[in-house]
Order: sequence, then C-alpha cells, then structure tokens
Amino acid sequence: MQFMLLFSRQGKLRLQKWYVPLCDKEKKKITRELVQTVLARKPKMCSFLEWRDLKIVYKRYASLYFCCAIEDQDNELITLEIIHRYVELLDKYFGSVCELDIIFNFEKAYFILDEFLLGGEAQETSKKNVLKAIEQADLLQEDAKEAETPRSVLEEIGLT
Amino acid sequence: MPAVSKGDGMRGLAVFISDIRNCKSKEAEIKRINKELANIRSKFKGDKALDGYSKKKYVCKLLFIFLLGHDIDFGHMEAVNLLSSNKYTEKQIGYLFISVLVNSNSELIRLINNAIKNDLSSRNPTFMCLALHCIANVGSREMAEAFAGEIPRILVAGDTMDSVKQSAALCLLRLYKTSPDLVLMGEWTSRVVHLLNDQHMGVVTAAISLITCLSQKNPDEFKTCVSLAVSRLSRIVSSASTDLQDYTYYFVPAPWLSCKLLRLLQCYPPPEDGAVKGRLVECLETILNKAQEPPKSKKVQHSNAKNAILFEAISLIIHYDSEPNLLVRACNQLGQFLQHRETNLRYLALESMCTLASSEFSHEAVKTHIETVINALKTERDVSVRQRAADLLYAMCDRSNAKQIVAEMLSYLETADYSIREEMVLKVAILAEKYAVDYSWYVDTILNLIRIAGDYVSEEVWYRVIQIVINRDDVQGYAAKTVFEALQAPACHENMVKVGGYILGEFGNLIAGDPRSSPLVQFNLLHSKFHLCSVPTRALLLSAYIKFINLFPETKSTIQEVLRSDSQIRNSDVELQQRAVEYLKLSSIASTDVLATVLEEMPPFPERESSILAKLKKKKGPGAVSNHLLKTRKACLTDIKGISTPSPSADLLGLRAGPPVTAAAPSAGSLLVDVFSEAGVNDDGFLRFVCKNNGVLFENQLLQIGIKSEYRQNLGRMYLFYGNKTSVQFVTFTTTLNVQAKPVEPLIEGGAQVQQVINIECLTDFSDAPLLNIKFRYGGALQNLTLKLPVTINKFFQPTEMASHDFFQRWKQLSLPQQEAQKIFKANHAMDTEVLKAKLLGLGMALLENVDPNPENFVCAGVIQTKAQQVGSLLRLEPNAQAQMYRLTVRSSKDTVSKRLCELLAEQF
Repeated sequence: MQFMLLFSRQGKLRLQKWYVPLCDKEKKKITRELVQTVLARKPKMCSFLEWRDLKIVYKRYASLYFCCAIEDQDNELITLEIIHRYVELLDKYFGSVCELDIIFNFEKAYFILDEFLLGGEAQETSKKNVLKAIEQADLLQEDAKEAETPRSVLEEIGLT
Repeated sequence: MPAVSKGDGMRGLAVFISDIRNCKSKEAEIKRINKELANIRSKFKGDKALDGYSKKKYVCKLLFIFLLGHDIDFGHMEAVNLLSSNKYTEKQIGYLFISVLVNSNSELIRLINNAIKNDLSSRNPTFMCLALHCIANVGSREMAEAFAGEIPRILVAGDTMDSVKQSAALCLLRLYKTSPDLVLMGEWTSRVVHLLNDQHMGVVTAAISLITCLSQKNPDEFKTCVSLAVSRLSRIVSSASTDLQDYTYYFVPAPWLSCKLLRLLQCYPPPEDGAVKGRLVECLETILNKAQEPPKSKKVQHSNAKNAILFEAISLIIHYDSEPNLLVRACNQLGQFLQHRETNLRYLALESMCTLASSEFSHEAVKTHIETVINALKTERDVSVRQRAADLLYAMCDRSNAKQIVAEMLSYLETADYSIREEMVLKVAILAEKYAVDYSWYVDTILNLIRIAGDYVSEEVWYRVIQIVINRDDVQGYAAKTVFEALQAPACHENMVKVGGYILGEFGNLIAGDPRSSPLVQFNLLHSKFHLCSVPTRALLLSAYIKFINLFPETKSTIQEVLRSDSQIRNSDVELQQRAVEYLKLSSIASTDVLATVLEEMPPFPERESSILAKLKKKKGPGAVSNHLLKTRKACLTDIKGISTPSPSADLLGLRAGPPVTAAAPSAGSLLVDVFSEAGVNDDGFLRFVCKNNGVLFENQLLQIGIKSEYRQNLGRMYLFYGNKTSVQFVTFTTTLNVQAKPVEPLIEGGAQVQQVINIECLTDFSDAPLLNIKFRYGGALQNLTLKLPVTINKFFQPTEMASHDFFQRWKQLSLPQQEAQKIFKANHAMDTEVLKAKLLGLGMALLENVDPNPENFVCAGVIQTKAQQVGSLLRLEPNAQAQMYRLTVRSSKDTVSKRLCELLAEQF
C-alpha cells in the first residue's frame, strides 16, 4: 500500500498515512485530486478505480471515506477488508466510533493504525492482539498520569 | 464535544480542537491558529522549563495544526526531547510528531537516531516497537545507514518478543525499499525464511511481506521459501474455520496470510518437486471448490475475504500458465462473477479475465463469455467497469470474432466517456488492421472511427490507413469511393478531409469515370472544405490539387485559378504561399511528362509494424493499457521521431516513425528493443559521474551496468560490472571501446554479473568521452547499446592548495580572453552549501577556504595531469540564492580545458 487517507463527506481530511516518500506539495496535490474523484462517485459504483498508475480502493462508513492506494499486483478485495478491520479496531477501541472521536483523538487513530499496518503491509491482523497492544500503552499512560502534578485551573479551561 | 473516554485526555488540546471546529470561516481559523502558534512559541522560548506534560500537549497541538494543512516550522526540538522521556505517553507523541513531520535537518536526524538507538537497546518491547514504527514511518536513508545492520539481528534473535519481531520485519522491508544497498541479509537469509514456520501467525503475516520483497530481488537465495509457503498454505486452507481463533475473519481462516502466501508463490515458477507441486495444486483446487460452497455468512466481509483468496489463487494459476484444467476452472469461476450482483466482483472478474485471455489454454474459454462482456459494455453504470469490459473485449478478440467486437466498440464509442475515447480509438484501429480479412472492411472501420470520434483519431491512425491503401491495389478504388461519399456529409471532421485529400489525390482517377464523381466534382468537394481547415490540412490539400492537375488535365485551369488567387499566392503562411507559388509554376512550365514523373503515384511503403500498435503496446500483454501509460508511450515515440526525422517532406504517413521495429524479444517487451535501436548514444548516466567515481551508469529492464573507478595522476582504472537482470542468459556478449580494454566474458547467465576492467591513460586534454558499445543476444534478439563512458578531463585533477594572495595572482595571470570560460545558469538542485562542497570536492580540485571575499562563493584550484602536459585550472562558483542562479567561471592555461570544464560543471548544480 502506498498511502491511506480518511476524509469526510465535506472533503475534510481526517487522517493521512504515507508509506512512500513524497514531498508535502505532492501529498497535498494527491489528496486534493483523490478526494475530488472519490466524492464525485455515486453510491452504487464499484469500490475500485484506476488512478495514475495506482489502484484506489475506497469505502464509505457513515460520514467518512476510507481510501487506500495500492500497487498493480496488490489485491483489491483484501485491501477492502483491511479498511474494514481498521474500522472495527477503531470501533472497538472508542466504543461505537464516530467522526468526532477521530477528530478529537487523532493521535489514537494513528497509534492504532501503526499497530495494524506498518510500512503499508499488514503487521497484525488479530483484533485482540492489536487492541491488547494499544490497551497496554494506555495502561502505561494511566500510571504516568497518576504521578503527574495537578494541573492549573487555567489549563483546565484551555487557556494555556 | 465527546467525552474522551480513553487515554490521557489532554484537555487543552480538546478545547483547541473545539475552537477550531467552531470557527465560522477560514480566516477565523487562521486567526485562531496564529494565536495558538504565538502562544506555543512563547511557551517554548520562555524562561520557565516546561514539564513533560505541557511539552507533549503543545507538540500535539502543533501536530494537529500541521495535519489541518498548515506549515509548521518549529517544535521539532521539543518533539525530539520527548523521545528521551521515560514516560511512555510523552515518548509516543514525540515519535508521532517525528513520523509525520520529519525534515532532513541533519542535526536533528542525529538526535532522533540517538533516541531510537536507546529505545532499541532498552529491551522494553513497547519502547522497541515505538522506535521500530518510527523507523518504518520515516524510512530515510540516514536511518537505514544507522539501523539496517541492527534490525535483522533483532528480527531473528531467539529472545525477541513476537510483537517486536513483527515490527522489525516490516521496518526492515521499508528500509529495503528505500535503500536496498544498505540492507544486507547474507547470513540471516535462512533464518528469515524460516520465520514462515513461526508458531505465531502474526509473525508470519509480517515476515512474509519482507520475504516476498526480498525474493523478488534475489529469487535464488530465497527459493527455499517455496516449499515452506506451500505447507503453510496447505495447513491454513485445510483448517476448519474456527481453528485459527482470532486469525479467522468472518469464518475465513487467515485471509491476509493466505493472500500473502499466494502472492509469494507468484515470485517463482511452479515447484519442481512433485510432492510440493501436488500439494499446491490440491490447495488451489480446494480454494476453487470452496468458491462453490454455500457461504457461511451473509456478511459482505465473509465473501470479500473468501474471494480475495480466490482471486489471488487465480493470479497464481495464470502466473504458472501450465495447468489447463485449473485455468479453465478459473475461467468458469470468473464467468460466474461476470453476472454477480456485486459490482466489485464484476469489475475484478473482467480484469482478471483479461490476463486469462492471453493464455493459449484458456483463450477459447474466455471467448464463450463474449455476449456477457458486450452487455457489460452497454449496461454497466460505472465507467471504470465499462473500461474493464472494453479491455477484455480487446484481449479476447481474434479473427473469429473481430467483426462483432469492432462493431460493438464502434457503437460504444458514440457514447463513450471522453476520458477513454482516445484509447478506444487506438484499440479499434489496431483490431481492425490486425484481423482484417478484406481490406474494404478495414477502410470502412477507420473512416467510421474518424466520423464518430474524429477528435480522438491521432496522426498515427490516419497515416496508417493511407499506408495500407497505398500498399494494396485491391482496395484503392473502394477507398476512393468510400472517402468520396464520406466527404459529402455537410460537417465532416478535418481528419476525414486529410484522408480524403490524400486518397483522392492518389486514386481519384479510379472513380472519375462515374459522372457523379467526375474530376471537377471531386475537386469542388475537396475545395469546399478548404476554408474550414487548419494550415497543415490546407497544405495537404494544395498537394492534392497539383496531383489532380497531373491526373486530370481538364481540371488544370480551374485549379490554376485557385492557386493564383491572392488568398493562396499571397497567403501570410509561408508554407502555404510557397506551395501555391511552386505548384502554380510547376503546372505552367513543366511538360506533361515531367509533371507525371514528379507526381507519380506513391511507391508502396516498406512493410513494418504498425506505429499504432507500438503506441498501445505494453509489456503486460493486451488489454491492460491505461491512459497513463499510453501518454508515456506517446511521449517516448515523439522523442524518437525527433531524432530520426531526416527532412520535413518525409514526415507524412509515418515515415518519420523511424526504422522498422525489429522482432520483439520474449516477454521483456519490444519497448526495449526499439529504444535500443533508435536512441543512438545513451548519455543519461554520463553526467552523473562528473563529480563521483562509483555508481550505476545504465539500467533498463534487461541490463544494469555499474562502475567503480579510481584515478591517480594521468592514469585511471575503471571496473565495469554488467548485471543480467533477467532469468535468461545473454549470449555473444561483446563490448568494444576506443580505449584499451580486456575482453569480457561472452556469456552472462540470467541473474549473474560479470566484471570488466579498463585501464585508462590520459595522453592529452580531451572533450569527447570514449564510447562503449555493447552487443548481446537476449532470447534471440540482438541488443545493441552505445554508452558514453564517464571519463572526463576533471578525473585527472591533482588538487592544489594555495593562499588567497597566490590565488588572485594566478587568476590575473590567466587573463587572456580565451583562457576564461563562463556560464550563468539556473540551479537544477537545491542550493545546499554542504552538497555544493561535496560536489566540488568530487570534481577533484582543492576547495579553497577564505579566499573569496564573499563567503557565499566557492573557489577551487587544481592541475590536470596529462602525459603531454599539465594544465593548471582555477574555478569560481558564485551562487545567487535569491535568483536561484549560478555564475561559473573557469580559467585554465589551455582554452579547450576551460571550455570543457565549464560545460561539464554547468550540468551539475
């Protein structure tokens, strides 16, 4: 897989993961072009399309589009299920995930993706194992939090 | 705002994100972001040391701002600091920031690498995974240099945790993709292959991606993976749907791993060992059988996962192309999918059948589905599916069904999407020519093409129809009649006028007997289109008119009248004016005999491969041509034409397409062959070696040529490495050179490399590089390649150190105008001081510090050593960062040297 993009029906990019080195300008250009292409497609259309010399596999979940770019010899259907498994992971972690969860906890969405896919290839396809890794990390986080000093009131209302 | 149920909940961050979401306009958002950036900047710059939590929060905010699409130019240092925090959560955010926002700041990379090194050696698996993820996400060369040695060790060590192994495998894969030269598997190879046997399915899933990539590059070293992969696959395929616990996905056992295993096997030919092969065939049969079983779940995930494996298995069957039984079964299975209610399956079935159509075993089976495919072309609602259907029709076309398929494609063209028309036109043109039994059908088809999609008919297409008509006298009368009729249409495409003008000019006499198409009627018909046409078409028509004068003397006065009119003879276009003047003169003074000789019928064109076919041709076989590739191919054709165009008069009718394309080499495709035969001297690689001595000089799909060289005084030695990238041997491999060279081995085995040493002595200064000619046979086709050897005059530099005073004194001494060469040119690369320095050092001169009063400028000094004499040279390079320009000045005691150095260097920066 060369990259994965998550964007909303309004075309707002919610997550971007690049597995090939590209400059920022090129990334923005690709994103713009693809978001436009995919949003223009009608609901019953096929989930695959040729784009430049890549194959695009996309699927819509509620208000979010998940879109992957794969190479010629890669398998479209299994990519579709990669998307689905990622959605399942998010859903399980957040408990019935919605777009807002991904906006407000974008860093978590990236962490989960890194446990699941690395370098554009499936690293761990077992839902249990991926979530175990993330929950372990959260546990470490909780421990660390208890050790922290209480935060100021100003911080609490977001002024710092 | 949702309650943040998990994790640490950085409240400041959540509030900020809320604010951004509440912004009513882009301006408001930018304002809010700028406020936040100012805040963060002041926090980072403040006297008070920030605690880890705050640092993490601000870094996270910066990350959020960057992901919104804004530029971030600070915070990198703080993120790097977080890496060495012992709190997991801070470290994690630090790594995320680095992964998303790397920049090539070398100072920072060193610090990042240090932090990664610490985490890798921490023996804490969670930290190790974070570090490995970061390397895999960044994948830069610097990281490969630092860690490519260490990661294989982690991957195969007995005490490494499974999760770390998984990350290490894919991390290594990423590094291998970016810097294959730095990842050396060597001693680890067999242990890596044996990861296929690992107890942990996750480890196998990750490791197999690495193994597949490595196998593609070094099939021999990894070939033991075949039998391991087959037995692993067989265990999965025969397992019950609950055996693999969490690796079962919607009742399908380990779909990702199965696909990857089948993919790995596609890197190799069918197993030679009968038992292994038998087991594999059994697996493939089981997969095909399962497709016929009733689904275990109604969920689309179940059928997708199952079919993903099925399609991958079919790919493997097609790859082997040796089991007729399996090929036909695969074809029948795909045939069922052609009418499936899932659009995705119809799309994939059409795509996969394209490759089946090119196998002799399944071609006939594919053809039985023609009606379904034609129906898909007519009724599919999604253009990408229709495109697949068109590709498949093209692939399944042969003499038996050509008329039907071409007719369907033509009728589809009338309503086809604009995006695929050009490709469709090419396909129709090719099929019509390839399977034409009678040429009147061919002529009809092409004229129909022009009528329906004239805008998309490229020059190649109409050149070709004329070539064929000229070469076949049985079709000339028919062509003249048909084109005459086509021109009667009130609005006809300009391409039709071109074809009409040419054909009537040549063969109008064949229909002139009929009073309805008498010479004058023909002329008037053509001339009625004249004013609507572009200049090139008008020029063509003028030539047709002079041919008319020759064919039909009775039209002479009418045509002379036309030529004599001011709009012709005083036309503002030089070409048109010249033609009008010359043709008028020719028709007035030349005798009938002379005229007849000058305007004799065109001789037949030499038979050659169609240039249209060349345009559509692609390695992967028919059918799968995408627009993108077509464009590339076209660009390439134009370039070649540019080289071989001898005179403008020859360009009509594709003569300028160059010498005939020779017989195609097997599989590797004819693209190579014609590039080889046309390109003349290849000097792409040459200029890359001016400032360096080692590297790859040339590479295509067959051959790679690497160079190592060293120079001392006026002597040099060059090692050339010829690598055969194919699996077929190169025979009668010879190289010739106008420099003394030891002969090279005449045979290069598939995948092997041979070495050649060349000793070089520089007798006197020179400008032209020695030429190296390489000839060999690959699968019967002779390959011929000429390369410039990267031996340049600067290779014989001895650096000379000198002080500022000396430099300027010598500079003044070399003040004759011819001793100086200067060039001002635009920067081709980023103006990075370090890179410039490295290049100038690579040039071989001494780079002098503190000489030029302007510290931005570079000055160098050196002496070129030749057998005949020594040539002292001084150089000054003045970058202008604002204009992105350079001024380069070279002064030497010999004028030719200054000039040559200047030319060579101007291409380097």
